[in-house]
Amino acid sequence: MAVIDLANPTRFLRIVDRVLPWLIGATVFLLAVGLYRALNAPDDYQQGATVKIMFLHVPAAWFGMFGWALMSVAALGTLVWRHPLADVSGKAVAPIGAAFTFICLVTGSLWGRPTWGTYWVWDARLTSMLVLLLLYLGVLALYWTAEEPGRGARAAAILSLVGAVNLPIIKFSVDWWNTLHQPASVFRIGGSTIDPSLLTPLLIMGLAFTLLFVTLHLAVMRNEILRRRIRSMRLMQAQEVHA
Amino acid sequence: MNLGPHADFIVAAYAVTLFVVAALIAWVLLDYSAQRRILGDLEERGVTRRSRRKG
Repeated sequence: MAVIDLANPTRFLRIVDRVLPWLIGATVFLLAVGLYRALNAPDDYQQGATVKIMFLHVPAAWFGMFGWALMSVAALGTLVWRHPLADVSGKAVAPIGAAFTFICLVTGSLWGRPTWGTYWVWDARLTSMLVLLLLYLGVLALYWTAEEPGRGARAAAILSLVGAVNLPIIKFSVDWWNTLHQPASVFRIGGSTIDPSLLTPLLIMGLAFTLLFVTLHLAVMRNEILRRRIRSMRLMQAQEVHA
Repeated sequence: MNLGPHADFIVAAYAVTLFVVAALIAWVLLDYSAQRRILGDLEERGVTRRSRRKG
């Protein structure tokens, strides 16, 4: 089956119905394994048990940022190629990305208090991540308040592309400016600086969050396709009444 | 499992994450059942999509 076949919403729904139960099963399994490994991981020699917050905070940050990157690609699909599922995908990913970004900010704050001595500091990494959450809320507001869905979708797509500028700022903020936040320690040139006893559960949780993200994204896309079907059926019904 | 002197922060981080993910899943499930119900009602009333119409 060619990728272009997925452009057909009916075929897409059939595929989602088939793969979703397997994805849910795999997500639950990996989350269970990841949480077991995370909660039984050894304490860090400096941070003690608070390092357990890393297993939630880091994957949430990855998928808060990945969500926006995906929304930017979907925005190109909406504005340039007018792919029928591009806007559905972009709209579906916004609440999920916002939720992961929120989790990242709250868990980071709860991790910061015992390790840095403060819940919050207006430094580049934390502030740029807060900006990401505000951008997500902006996109959601555009989708939810637009009277004409097409206009809302175009406005959200433009904001998605403009907001993508924030992604490299988040990523390199720890290198460009002085910050309390530690520099990259998982994916970096020269290899990870994290001990394997902590890195393995982190990567398992990263994989579990990947599956959770994909599962939620497909499920929300399915809901959105059904919502658009209902809208078009109601419009047709209204046209018939007025004819 | 000993969470040490900062157990409150660790428990709070896991609780917030669990709550947000559970809320997201609940929203997805409730929205899905609502859309299916509305779609079923419309189809029962004979409203069909343009692509389903014949002739």
